[in-house]
Amino acid sequence: MTKTFRIGGIHPPESKLSAGQGIIPLGIPARVVVPMWQHIGTPANPLVQKGTRVKVGTLLGEAAGFISAGVHSPVSGTVEKIDTVIDASGYKRPAIHIEVEGDEWEENIDHSIAIVRNCTLTPEQIIRKIATAGIVGMGGATFPTHVKLSLSPPLATCAEILIINAVECEPYLTADHALMLSKGEEILIGISLLMQAVKVRRAVIGIEKNKPDAINLLSELIKRFEGIEVIPLKVQYPQGGEKQLIDAVLRRQIKSGALPISVGAVVQNIGTAFAVYEAVQKNKPLIERIVTVTGKTLAKPSNFRVRIGTPVVALIEAAGGLPKDTGKIIGGGPMMGKALISTDVPVTKGTSGILLLTRKESVRQEESNCIRCAKCINACPMGLNPTLLSTAAEFTQWEMAEKNYIVDCIECGSCSYTCPAARPLLDHIRQGKNKVMGIIRARKATNV
Amino acid sequence: MIVTATLSLGMIGAVGATLLYVVSKKFEVEEDPRIELVLEALPSANCGGCGYAGCGGFAAACVGVKTLDGLLCPVGGKAVMEKIGGILGIAGLSEGVEPLVAVVRCGGERNVRSKTNTYNGVQQCSIVSGLYGGETRCTFGCLGYGDCAEACSFGAIVVNSETGLAEVDEERCTACGACVKVCPKGIIELRKKGPKNRRVIIPCSNEEKGATCRKVCGRACIGCGRCAKECRFEAIVVDNNLARIDHTKCKLCRKCVEVCPQGIIREINFPARKKEDTKEAESLRA
Repeated sequence: MTKTFRIGGIHPPESKLSAGQGIIPLGIPARVVVPMWQHIGTPANPLVQKGTRVKVGTLLGEAAGFISAGVHSPVSGTVEKIDTVIDASGYKRPAIHIEVEGDEWEENIDHSIAIVRNCTLTPEQIIRKIATAGIVGMGGATFPTHVKLSLSPPLATCAEILIINAVECEPYLTADHALMLSKGEEILIGISLLMQAVKVRRAVIGIEKNKPDAINLLSELIKRFEGIEVIPLKVQYPQGGEKQLIDAVLRRQIKSGALPISVGAVVQNIGTAFAVYEAVQKNKPLIERIVTVTGKTLAKPSNFRVRIGTPVVALIEAAGGLPKDTGKIIGGGPMMGKALISTDVPVTKGTSGILLLTRKESVRQEESNCIRCAKCINACPMGLNPTLLSTAAEFTQWEMAEKNYIVDCIECGSCSYTCPAARPLLDHIRQGKNKVMGIIRARKATNV
Repeated sequence: MIVTATLSLGMIGAVGATLLYVVSKKFEVEEDPRIELVLEALPSANCGGCGYAGCGGFAAACVGVKTLDGLLCPVGGKAVMEKIGGILGIAGLSEGVEPLVAVVRCGGERNVRSKTNTYNGVQQCSIVSGLYGGETRCTFGCLGYGDCAEACSFGAIVVNSETGLAEVDEERCTACGACVKVCPKGIIELRKKGPKNRRVIIPCSNEEKGATCRKVCGRACIGCGRCAKECRFEAIVVDNNLARIDHTKCKLCRKCVEVCPQGIIREINFPARKKEDTKEAESLRA
């Protein structure tokens, strides 16, 4: 039987409309807006001023603090202003507006398609190069990769396996799938580099079975590499969650509050592996990414290679224009993505997809009373009791919420998806989780 | 049979009673009887506005001090504090504690702040603000889902369905601060109720640059600083493109109201101005 994770999970319609479409490079827009806060942690510190001339790959903002990542210019041109922009968070955040002139790259960047295979760098040098390139987790969580790779050295030494997340369990999204088909070898080189960086001999790539072509291609390519294995997985959401993927491929469960390293695993996204290849072998910082633009009424669902900072509207235009009955534009996938409030929102390092929902699809069903069917409990991949947590949060019973492990929620939305009463379970749980995390932080602060 | 049962049960009862008596005497906690009296004098709203956990906590705190300085039940106000002073035989309300009132620092009514998107999720400010900036383009202003109204034990704050803004009923407001704590936008503040309940407020919290916030709301403070220049008492400070009145310094001269180019500074409970005054104000504004 094909492997998958053992607790909960759902299987929404896959709707991978843009599968097998290949990657279309999108033209550089006339101006880009590069947010300084594209990652988890502290926003980057702007280094340029109004009027500064920049090239592709010029550092625009430096990492500020331990958990942070640098931001590079995705285009060449002149800095128009340092202002704000409404990004996918729905709030205005500091951003650098650049007027594009030509396409001139920094000299040390190799942007040819020639594959560079050999690497003689030490693990520390690799991690330093990853940090310099401003790479973050490309699956959507955007945690700075160099921090994840170098997390507490005594712990990092006990890593025994690298797990590559090529699951792409979100319905609709095909960006990783397309990347695997077109950049298979580069990805595998990236994986080898990551293995060197965390000093492990073994890596497994978890891919869901709805991507047979990618499984075949990578299975063929890994013969030339040492220690890499491809594991086909049953299609099940949210298999791309770190803890779920580890359970699926290793059959190991992580304790509440612990990190994957506690079971000897380091998990990286396949898009991150490719970005690592480009950063280490070609000196190319993270300035572009693959974005799926999709939707049932969209003329041409596609996968684009897009420069960071391109407004979402340019992608939608390239995919055939905004359909008339669009009710909602979502940044990311339908399960964990977030509605955008404007089409001027720029593409960031974490934008895996743009999904257009019709008016009918985007309206929430009217909620009714809980009928105690326990579907949410069966669906929860963390083994939590969503209906209890949601009620506890709604009625501000923070102690009860904490006791029932609200902070372990990964916000995958499986509970809300399965609820036949259309209860907004995740809305309340997410709020409660934030609240309880705040309470725990405050408690720790007073105890110290 | 009956005799044995009666005797044995009686014995058990007697032994139990003695034991209970001894234990209760030994572990007796002496409670100041005045706490009970003070508690009776308090309004039992248990709102926590005094800073203590409910009225019980406040009563215990009152009994434990030598003077009531700094202690105030915002619900009961001066009258209750004097009563407590009487019970405890110490001075009543200290001078300088003035009644406060909650003020919502947003004037972006629905007709001046256009809606740019529709939200159909859970109608709760804390959840909406966790998701995004809200249905209008002003990410600072009142969301209008009424978390404050929900938190108020006195029915003193409600969301006006016409304007979409939270409004405070100053008669009912006890300045307990529950709404201040719960507002995720942090736009409710407690300030002096003022002599004859008169006060001047700037109902805006938008910290964006003037040109930007003028686009998102017709009642926005653009941070021009004319009010601050006009104020002779240095009661107005412009910080982050937003003017704020320090209510402890404001002398209610209302000069700022006249010069505000946006016309957003509000005077509350003042008698209507003479015609000349308003004319002058209008000409200044133009």
